[in-house]
Amino acid sequence: MGSNTPAVSMRNITKTFGTIVANDDVSLDIYKGEILSLLGENGSGKTTLMNMLSGIYFPDSGQISINGQPVTIASPREAFDHGIGMIHQHFKLVDVFTAAENIVLGLKEEGRLDLTRAGERIRKICDTYGFDVDPKQKIYNMSVSQKQTVEIVKVLYRGADILILDEPTAVLTPQETDKLFAVLRNMKKDGKTVVIITHKLHEVEAISDRVVVLRKGRYIGEMKTSETNAQEMTNMMVGREVALNIDRPAPVDPRPRIRVENLTVRSSDNVLKLDDVTFTAKAGEILGIAGISGCGQKELLEAIAGLQPVQSGSIRYINDDGTEENLVGKDPLKIADMGVSLSFVPEDRLGMGLVGSMDLTDNMMLRSFRSGKGIFTDRKTPRKLAEKVVEELEVNTPGVSTPVRRLSGGNVQKVLVGREIAASPTVLLSAYAVRGLDINSSYTIYELLNQQKKEGVAVVYVGEDLDVLLELCDRILVLCSGRVSGIVDGASADKNQVGMMMTRLGGGASDE
Amino acid sequence: MSKANREPLLHITKRKAMPWQQSWLIRLISIVAALIVCAVITTAATGLDPMSVYGTMLEGAFGTERKIWVLGKETAVLLCIAVAMAPAFRMKFWNLGGEGQVLIGTLISAACMIYLGDKIPSGLLILLMVVASVVVGAIWAGIPAFFKAKWNTNETLFTLMMNYVAIQLVAYYIIIWESPKGSGKVGIINQSTNAGWLPSLGSYQYLLNILIVALVTILMFVYLKYSKHGYEISVVGESQRTARYVGIKVDRVIIRTLLVSGGICGLCGFLMVAGTDHTITTTLAGGRGFLGVLVAWLAQFNPLAMVLVSLLLCVLSRGAGEISTIYGLNQSFGDILTGIILFFIIGSEFFINYKIHLRGGARKKGGSN
Repeated sequence: MGSNTPAVSMRNITKTFGTIVANDDVSLDIYKGEILSLLGENGSGKTTLMNMLSGIYFPDSGQISINGQPVTIASPREAFDHGIGMIHQHFKLVDVFTAAENIVLGLKEEGRLDLTRAGERIRKICDTYGFDVDPKQKIYNMSVSQKQTVEIVKVLYRGADILILDEPTAVLTPQETDKLFAVLRNMKKDGKTVVIITHKLHEVEAISDRVVVLRKGRYIGEMKTSETNAQEMTNMMVGREVALNIDRPAPVDPRPRIRVENLTVRSSDNVLKLDDVTFTAKAGEILGIAGISGCGQKELLEAIAGLQPVQSGSIRYINDDGTEENLVGKDPLKIADMGVSLSFVPEDRLGMGLVGSMDLTDNMMLRSFRSGKGIFTDRKTPRKLAEKVVEELEVNTPGVSTPVRRLSGGNVQKVLVGREIAASPTVLLSAYAVRGLDINSSYTIYELLNQQKKEGVAVVYVGEDLDVLLELCDRILVLCSGRVSGIVDGASADKNQVGMMMTRLGGGASDE
Repeated sequence: MSKANREPLLHITKRKAMPWQQSWLIRLISIVAALIVCAVITTAATGLDPMSVYGTMLEGAFGTERKIWVLGKETAVLLCIAVAMAPAFRMKFWNLGGEGQVLIGTLISAACMIYLGDKIPSGLLILLMVVASVVVGAIWAGIPAFFKAKWNTNETLFTLMMNYVAIQLVAYYIIIWESPKGSGKVGIINQSTNAGWLPSLGSYQYLLNILIVALVTILMFVYLKYSKHGYEISVVGESQRTARYVGIKVDRVIIRTLLVSGGICGLCGFLMVAGTDHTITTTLAGGRGFLGVLVAWLAQFNPLAMVLVSLLLCVLSRGAGEISTIYGLNQSFGDILTGIILFFIIGSEFFINYKIHLRGGARKKGGSN
């Protein structure tokens, strides 16, 4: 791969946060003109390692060299001086500024601010690599993928030769991902070096020349992408053999459980979020919900759970004996009082499902604190439940008195799902249940959902990874800008077709 | 590459959780350091022997039996206000209206004493005063809480403004009630009949006040830690979305909690008028409505820790008063010493939570810093 001297060489890098060793004696070379994948589970130290390269963190020990010269990178500005730019997972853009304003922000150029000239340079960069950015467009008018493009152009505008992208596809549709990869290939052709942080194997295979695997902060190994396969990479990533298929037991006696008809929801600032949505969720099956993020998934689940005011339409809960009850206009407490056992695993785990600063026991109490005697809470039952969840779901925690915020993402999710399942629900709503989780934890969650399905629970699974949706769900409802674009059969649906349905109602090809 | 080749001068990292012995050692060191700094400043500014100044401060706080009782009384008032803040602050409702809620309690208590003092028996009068001051204090806090719950108004500004309304109301009634006429003051109310005065337990004039505040403190501790209400308060304070998600009625909890908070402030106003001062002025609360906020924060909203913090503050303030009279120093000098000590105590929390690494410290121990 190119010259013999690496463009970047990191030697024996160690970084600790308190007791946590984020990177332990990691050595890594990046060569000019290659696309390198940095692969590892959550908490394996990929982002920390790259943050040290881009000047956000400073290593406790170890040496970084650029083109063979030892350097010290103490700030992002110094990283830019070395031609290193990073595109973070969470965009750092000013919403009310235009693309061009954001791109030149913080640059100390000679003379006065000249946005026209900047605009021309931006266009030139876009033409070179095949981006599509309007320099005059405001950020708040942009889609997620456009914002990401602005971030990339921002880095290129500063003359970066080495680009680091932190999980860039997490927010993109399959089509947008393809577009991004095409741009990355153009950059490579132009001699730029690209590092992409990811935990998705098919992306590693699709884009990179070489892959480096980290596990628990340590360097595990590296390979040419062409000489490895998904199974080998997974085993290196997880540290043992992992089966890579998701079970889909056939639904037993599926009966309608929740019937949503003509549901229309507006947000508090009167934006139409759901438009005339109709579908049925059945007991004993998993109904997947696909869509670009922010297309009404959140509102749909919250409307069913009684957390979102409904403008019109109905949500009916169908009892085993066939009687129906309308859930519209009822808050979570009233729904529970009606005897409807509805569990909800929300997208925002620590901001909604759990209280981060409280310990496991107190978080278990969220659902049960009202059942204590008199004015006092009962802490014994939730404590037992917490201990049970820790044991059965193998939650990795020092104890049930640890604040859940201190746990890793996967363990937080196990606590949340464990609590919601403990209520023996008849309906289980889950939003992005495996977002940010490593492979192990993700499979634990799939397993738990399947278990609920077998027990006759109507499971609704809002997901973002189409591959998983297609493997796990019995039926998939595709949302497009708050409307039902279609409902497809999980076993027979085609990934591209679903991708098209996400961006266009009904998924029809554009034919102008 | 020489330009770029440097390590940052210092960087700060978060510590892992520290054993309690170590954190208390740091706090102790910070107090010792504060005393040393105070000693240097005292010697430099006044030429006095710092040890004798400290001795005088302790003398001022604990010197005689009477001084100890006064200290107890002052601590009780401050503690009562801090305890009143506890539930609101746990809920992250920044009630800065303690001053006004206390004052409005003193106002209604004084009104009862003045208008009903010779009409109903003292026992009934006291009961009526308690109820009235608690209710009025609760209303005074309940109004901003209602607006917060319904329209999400800024509670900090709202409660702050309510203070001025209360102060002006008290000022208005002082003119009406002034005695003797033209003095601009309300003298001791019901001095001859003692109607509406809290009785002394034995010969201890302030004991009943202290016991009532102690009881309120313990009840508040239990309320926050073990009751369903206390749990709801914590959930709402940490995340309103989580609270709604589990069916907690957030607006109701906000209003209910502030009624409790304001009610205790009102009770504190009653204790001042009926228990200790037997008169009313616009400065009766004397900024303690705000000092209570500081106490609540320093104690991290734990009612039992508030006992220690309010005691410490009162010892410092009594001691500062003493040295200014004994040595003929400006009153501000005592405040400067108090400020330095507080600064060190609050600052010590930083060193408990964070660690500072100096340049080169990692490679060569005891480097050139």
